[in-house]
Amino acid sequence: MLKYLLGAAAAVALSVAPAAAQQKLKVGFIYVGPVGDFGWSYQHDQGRIAIEKALGAQVETSYIENVPEADSARSIEQLARTGHKLIFTTSFGYMEPTLAVAKKYPDVKFEHATGFKRDKNVATYSAKFHEGRYIIGQIAGKMTKSNTIGYVGAFPIPEVVAGINAFFLGAKSVNPNVKIKIVWANTWFDPGKEGDAAKALLDQGADVITQHTDSPAPLQQAAARGKFAFGQASDMSKFAPNNILTSIIDNWSPYYIERTKAVLEGKWASQDSFEGLAKGEVKMGPYVNMPPEVKAMAEATEKAIASGALNPFKCPIVNQDGKEVECKDALTDAQVTSMNFYVQGIDDKLPK
Amino acid sequence: MMVLSLVPRQGVSRVREIVTPLVAFVVALVIAALVLLAMGKSLKTAADVYVVEPLTTAWSLQEVILKATPLTLIAIGLIFAVRANRWNIGAEGQYVVGGMFGGWVAIAAHGMEGVWILPAMLIAGMAGGLVYGLIPAALRNRFGISEILSSLMLVYVAELALDYLVRGPWRDRTAFNFPKSVNFDAAATLGPLWEGGKLHGGVLLALLAVLGAVVLLGRSRFGFAVSATGEAPRAANFAGFNDHRLTLAVFAISGALAGLAGIIEVSANMGQLQPSISQGYGFTAIIVAFLGRLNPVGALVSALVLAILLIGSETAQIMLKLPFDMTRAFMGLLLLCILAGEALTRYKVRWNA
Repeated sequence: MLKYLLGAAAAVALSVAPAAAQQKLKVGFIYVGPVGDFGWSYQHDQGRIAIEKALGAQVETSYIENVPEADSARSIEQLARTGHKLIFTTSFGYMEPTLAVAKKYPDVKFEHATGFKRDKNVATYSAKFHEGRYIIGQIAGKMTKSNTIGYVGAFPIPEVVAGINAFFLGAKSVNPNVKIKIVWANTWFDPGKEGDAAKALLDQGADVITQHTDSPAPLQQAAARGKFAFGQASDMSKFAPNNILTSIIDNWSPYYIERTKAVLEGKWASQDSFEGLAKGEVKMGPYVNMPPEVKAMAEATEKAIASGALNPFKCPIVNQDGKEVECKDALTDAQVTSMNFYVQGIDDKLPK
Repeated sequence: MMVLSLVPRQGVSRVREIVTPLVAFVVALVIAALVLLAMGKSLKTAADVYVVEPLTTAWSLQEVILKATPLTLIAIGLIFAVRANRWNIGAEGQYVVGGMFGGWVAIAAHGMEGVWILPAMLIAGMAGGLVYGLIPAALRNRFGISEILSSLMLVYVAELALDYLVRGPWRDRTAFNFPKSVNFDAAATLGPLWEGGKLHGGVLLALLAVLGAVVLLGRSRFGFAVSATGEAPRAANFAGFNDHRLTLAVFAISGALAGLAGIIEVSANMGQLQPSISQGYGFTAIIVAFLGRLNPVGALVSALVLAILLIGSETAQIMLKLPFDMTRAFMGLLLLCILAGEALTRYKVRWNA
């Protein structure tokens, strides 16, 4: 007990010592899930760690995890009022709260992921995950024997819808008979619900599962039945080493480091960033558990997209009504980020 | 074989009842401090985060009161039900329906001006919660269905109904496919009571509810009927209290207060309807009611304590770099200590051979 008391006294003494190096830039993060989700929030946290590694003593970072979207304004403000000058809010539902808090703290810079409303001190950023989805669509199209692919979606918002379309266009480009079944989990992170969604798809004859939710549960369900699946957001190989085909990896590190540097150099300005394979914001995990020719095809597609030779949404894009969508060369970024329709051949109705 | 057993104490002294929670609090603090030290964290910062800051800075104090508001409102309603030995586990659903009904008024009045909009929203919210609360009560009266199960299951019905509405008919058409309603106008927003402040009228309504409950439960015939029905249903019956009508009444009260909490949160905090508008307030309020020993003032105090812990746990993540799960473990630790203390005041531990 005495030891603890001495320890306590020492701890108090230490924390009373004046904090040196007040010049550090404090960077804050708000996460929608736990950092241990091994998906979305985990990857954002990897970006945070990358900032610390790259900029070292110039920065100090903090985060609040598991912040419910409906009650996030206070958490964001907590960061702003504790001296954080750059704050990343990393889920769509933080849009309005971020804008509201930003109005009160004009000297703090805010970065909101996947939103569409900006302000003088609020920038938005997202990544072209649909580029990765086109590649895994091709792999799934080649690997399926039942010609039925299961897709676990989170919410029918443009980002997810664009992912489904890119995936299907990829699959269709190598397998004209392919069918896709979609189940909405209505959650970003809930291993139980995500797993159940995957089970339902497997029961309906799907033999390749893909997911746009954040936990490894759908991948693990597929593995339990000896079927193939893909990793989401991070390299999920370790959860199903024999059944994973590849992963789409969100790589926020370059963007986070770039924006933190911009604040340090006083060059930060509000903007909208939407990058993909070319700049390394989207990366692919190792291509495994597939025949060499499928692997070669995937690598070729990855290269083509990164170099700009191939755009997953190249014209013509035909919607479910059989009408061609307005298009010049390829759909614009704005069309992709507001995508509100399924492409022709998807045998399902978009919930609206 | 030795068996550990709890033996009721004869007569619990008043002093003991007051000292116990304090002792429990200290025990929880000591355990938490040891854990923090083992993790190499600063105790001074921890004390700042959990005690000094929430009670001394205006910003945190207001945030604590705001967080305690829905918890208090719902817990007050639950006290009526539990005292009558009726178990409303579905306050969460009544909260959601309250937010939904009140939110509907705001959406329908979008683009309009008028001082009537806010009161209409609050009344609609209360009415929604009230009607939704009456369902399990009516099912119990008519068919003898356990209100515990029916009220709980109706939570999910309410959540899914709201989910459907914000994805479907009430969706903001200008927000692509994102599931949210239009942003409420200023006339539909419960604003701060004074310029630059954070506290809104909902705080006053919560205080009013506490006062009302004190009077109603302590000094009215209705309050007596509630307690009598809870403690001695047959005697209450002989005294002429109508069991069915009382069930409806306590569910109406707790439903209405939960609904009021729902629309207050939606209007003041969110300013729009979203697929999820609660952080489990309806369930947390059950803990609040019991920690407050089913006493309205006690509920107010325990709501404030829980609010301090909830807000402190966010600050702890920033200032102490504590993981979220650890902050939740601390909350659980405190609740466990208080409940253990409670048990030990009423019972003695005996080893029986």
